[in-house]
Amino acid sequence: MDLLDIKNLDVVFPTRRGTVHAAQGVSLTVAPGEVLGLVGESGAGKSTIGNAIMDLLEPPGYVGAGEIVFQGTDLRTLDADQMRRVRGRKIGMIFQDPQTSLNPLLTIGEQLIESIRNSLDMTEADAKQRAIQMLGDVGITEAEARLKSYPHQFSGGMRQRVVIALALSGDPDLIIADEPTTALDVSIQKQILDLIKRLCRERQLGVILVTHDIGVIAEIADRVCVMYRGRVVETGQTAQVLGAPNHEYTKSLIAAVPRADMRLERFASVDYIEGGEAAGRKIDIRTHWLGAARADATEPEETLTVENLNLSFVLEKSFFKSKRRMLKAVDNVSFSIRQGETFGLVGESGSGKSTVARIVAGLYKQDSGTVRLLGRDVKGSWSDPAERDVRRRLQMIFQDPFSSLNARLTVMDIVAEPIRFHKLTSSEAETKQIVQDLLDHVGLGAQAAIRYPHEFSGGQRQRISIARALASRPRVLICDEPTSALDVSIQAQILNLLKDLQAELNLTMLFISHDLPVIRQMCDRVAVMKQGQIVELTETEALFDAPTHAYSQSLIAQMPRMDLLEPV
Amino acid sequence: MTTDPTPHQVASRPRMWTRIRESDIGYSFFRSPFAMVAAAVTVAFLLAAALAPWIAPYNPFDPAQVSLWDGKLPPSFAGGDERYFLGTDNQGRDLWSTILYGGRLSIIIGLAAVFFGMTLGVVLGVVAGYLGGWVDTLIMRVADVQLTIPGILVAILINGVGQIMLPQELRAEFSVYVVIFAIGLSDWPQFARVTRGAALVEKEREYVQAARVIGLPGWLIMWRHVLPNVLRPVLVLATIGLALAIIAEATLSFLGQGVPPTTPSLGTLIRVGQEFMFSGLWWIAFFPALTLVILVFAVNLLGDWMRDALNPKLR
Repeated sequence: MDLLDIKNLDVVFPTRRGTVHAAQGVSLTVAPGEVLGLVGESGAGKSTIGNAIMDLLEPPGYVGAGEIVFQGTDLRTLDADQMRRVRGRKIGMIFQDPQTSLNPLLTIGEQLIESIRNSLDMTEADAKQRAIQMLGDVGITEAEARLKSYPHQFSGGMRQRVVIALALSGDPDLIIADEPTTALDVSIQKQILDLIKRLCRERQLGVILVTHDIGVIAEIADRVCVMYRGRVVETGQTAQVLGAPNHEYTKSLIAAVPRADMRLERFASVDYIEGGEAAGRKIDIRTHWLGAARADATEPEETLTVENLNLSFVLEKSFFKSKRRMLKAVDNVSFSIRQGETFGLVGESGSGKSTVARIVAGLYKQDSGTVRLLGRDVKGSWSDPAERDVRRRLQMIFQDPFSSLNARLTVMDIVAEPIRFHKLTSSEAETKQIVQDLLDHVGLGAQAAIRYPHEFSGGQRQRISIARALASRPRVLICDEPTSALDVSIQAQILNLLKDLQAELNLTMLFISHDLPVIRQMCDRVAVMKQGQIVELTETEALFDAPTHAYSQSLIAQMPRMDLLEPV
Repeated sequence: MTTDPTPHQVASRPRMWTRIRESDIGYSFFRSPFAMVAAAVTVAFLLAAALAPWIAPYNPFDPAQVSLWDGKLPPSFAGGDERYFLGTDNQGRDLWSTILYGGRLSIIIGLAAVFFGMTLGVVLGVVAGYLGGWVDTLIMRVADVQLTIPGILVAILINGVGQIMLPQELRAEFSVYVVIFAIGLSDWPQFARVTRGAALVEKEREYVQAARVIGLPGWLIMWRHVLPNVLRPVLVLATIGLALAIIAEATLSFLGQGVPPTTPSLGTLIRVGQEFMFSGLWWIAFFPALTLVILVFAVNLLGDWMRDALNPKLR
């Protein structure tokens, strides 16, 4: 018998502007000892399913119709008291962010023991024994001593292990894991996924794994449900769904996943998502204002060179030099980017890759070392006209599309700002025409100019950011995790756009990402960073085929395996 | 295929009134009876203040219209003279007219003082938050020191010094400006603190970084990018600050520190009136005080609602 059997579930959110059906006619089953992957992009309703099972829907949302049969009982017929007994004892939940799912004021032991006694009726001593055993089970060594630690004394991965132990403390039969590894680095992701899979097998748990990441699905799911706008569009064995998808949406989604095993020229053109490919390209880049600054003979072969860059942040201030605690964020970093090349910086969080980008962009000032841009040493001043002219030719695209645009300005004013400030055109009419051309060219349409940023989705906002960066007529573009806040299909579009623009304008790019498959698709050469240092710098293909440094090897090995995907 | 799903709608944006009604803040407003009543009362007070010379039956500052023989008459509904709805004060001025004119003065002083304090505080707050370093330290320490003394004491001090520095013959004429200056100057640290906090947050946001990469100078980034994005909390503070400034003015005038009795504000009226309380002439103090309470209450309710409506955490 199935552990969980959801039949025709409807979840309804009444709002001011009409009723939103977050889930419509969703049916799925989970068997004991099985990992069911629930995959979809933002707004697909995948988290809603988990919350509906737990009866934890945010008001005003409610279950409109359908059955949620768990171990033979329809959970919808239970009252609040009975439901509370199901939560924790029968069904456990793992949340995305281990920072916020533990109480920072209580020790790990207090939280575990309280949770165990709550659901299992044990004495304090027995509960403590069980807590120690649970921590051992999820791979925390010296469990007895660690019981007295507070959450902040654990690293992110360890904290997520504790969260898993908490979810298991009531000895549940079903675990709902909502994006359990999204906040974690790739090396820790692998460990956590392995842990979930092992516990699932050993204890014959049913697991619903909610994620946006096809790589995670490929790694541990036995079966997959693909969701799109509140509906399940495809269900099946993981190998079948990823390898030979039936539904058009699944095909699009999988085509958009950056592949780690080979480099493609472009991502396949993706339908079935907002926007679609930019079709409104009317301008001829060679004759247009935008293309006028294409590389000419004066541009040096080495467009951007960084030599012996160092930057330390002060962790603890002190009057005495010897007592100050410093963090070396960038440690003797040197590299050189050739004209028209895309150079990747890859590393885990805290490796210093974004700090390097910010030094190059002039947002941070280095302690020592030089940045040479278009043949000129950049000192970080805007007052020298010659240096200003060089620095204008370097622009940056940021990670978070929701904070990178000023909400109080129209798109016209946002994109026109660099043109107006640097007086790159002769008249205001010309400026407006160029802004409209730019918006057209990045795939938004000239009509976007009169609107405000909040009227656009994340992917569209990132297009606005790109248009703003192009408005300075740059020669060098820094992309700092430009797609890591976006859905995978939108990511494919934006990466395609960046590739096209680079080819058209012959741009030089510094591309920063934590995502190895994206790096493989975008970069010609790549530097691997760890703790502020470059540990390996090589051709991208060489890095993926035969990494030489031990750290690069482990990074490559820990990438989610995508062997299941259909070959291109 | 175009990414713009509704190109035709863009050309004809909804009319302003529809946009306000449909916005989150408008939605919240039209579903909050308290906010609507408070707004109506506040608007009524503002209108009365603006139109006082036209709607007041008498001009209390015109000696020709005031007769000492009519002094201390009770309100018409309490057995007084038909001509004087709320009665008259000790000098024979029509109390209803005097309240209209006094309320007008109170509101003008309140608005001007808040505007002065807000401008000063917001400018200093944005500068402190955005520049940081010793500028920040200097501005915020001055604010901290000032905040250790109750605002009304600061206002009394500044007002006292200001009045004394004026030549005797100009004192009556300029006392209103001195009061505005004093209240505004006692109020700026609140605005500076709130603005600085918001500016610290905005400064780290990526659109400010983008503006720096474009090469915009600091003052332009502060003006175009930081300032418009920190004004929300300031708006709330200014509304509540208006109520406080009106009270501060009334307090100053009640203590005899504010505007002179020849051009009475609500505070002056209450002070004059309370001298006659024990003689049974209750109306001279009661009606100005009631006016003050209703006005301040309405403005406060409006500010409270605005704080909730503009706070994304409470939605």
